[in-house]
Amino acid sequence: MVNLANPTAFLAVTRRALPWLALATAALFAVGLWMAFLAPPDYQQGETVKIMYIHVPAAWLSSFIYVVMTAAALGTLVWRHPLADAAQKAAAPLGAGFTFICLVTGSLWGKPMWGAFWVWDARLTSVLVLFILYLGLVALWRSIEDPGRAARAAAILTLVGCVNLPIIKFSVDWWNTLHQPASVFRLGGPTIAPELLWPLLIMALAFTLLFVVLHLMAIRNEILRRRLARLTMLAAAEGDALAHRFAPGGSGA
Amino acid sequence: MSEIPHIGFIVAAYLVTAVAILVMIGAIVIDYRRLSRALSLLDAARKGGDGQ
Repeated sequence: MVNLANPTAFLAVTRRALPWLALATAALFAVGLWMAFLAPPDYQQGETVKIMYIHVPAAWLSSFIYVVMTAAALGTLVWRHPLADAAQKAAAPLGAGFTFICLVTGSLWGKPMWGAFWVWDARLTSVLVLFILYLGLVALWRSIEDPGRAARAAAILTLVGCVNLPIIKFSVDWWNTLHQPASVFRLGGPTIAPELLWPLLIMALAFTLLFVVLHLMAIRNEILRRRLARLTMLAAAEGDALAHRFAPGGSGA
Repeated sequence: MSEIPHIGFIVAAYLVTAVAILVMIGAIVIDYRRLSRALSLLDAARKGGDGQ
């Protein structure tokens, strides 16, 4: 069993796994997009339903990434796992990216279906709050110089912000919203026709695998960034005149 | 193709998604290359210093 808490072991495993994962992601996207474009139009929405195949996976991922960050925040504060804060820091920009996709594609779907790009209903507003949370976390990491303090502050903010997740999930049940209620993950089973459901599930898998690949790559970058910072400090302590060139954020790198 | 109602919204949604995903991939790859280059330069500089 490989100890992934060891950064060197983590780098070795990701070096081997990333090409295969990237290949699987590309294959899933090819199959998912092919199935999505062959899928029949919706009886009410027509071809506009094709936006669902990117909007819904992005929406699922925007919440899922926050769940990953919440687990990483617990790993930082409770178990003090050595890679937990790197995983949390690496996930925040990706969460912002996928939430951005969710908001923009939802807006582009909403205009022809609802007649408006945006309405302040509970689902849309709670997802916008999630997007702002992601941006706030990215800003927090960048504004605190000491990595340990930044990790703890970000972990606390992440844990506070996770209260938004059930609000997003149940907003369509708790309030009267323009956004439709859940139609895939619901107690009575999916209400979508299988011809539309299968491409959606394949696309959701492709998006999730894409996140896994990007997250592993971003964690690898964090490990390298820390290694660079440590070596730069070591070089500075040894009086190395070149050290300032390679300092993270310095002009030489 | 252009007779499909709301085709502009569908194409725009897929374009925005593609661009956003490419930006995320690009940012991570560029960051990795920058860090790898800096690490190898620093490593070479340190080895050069040891040898003198």
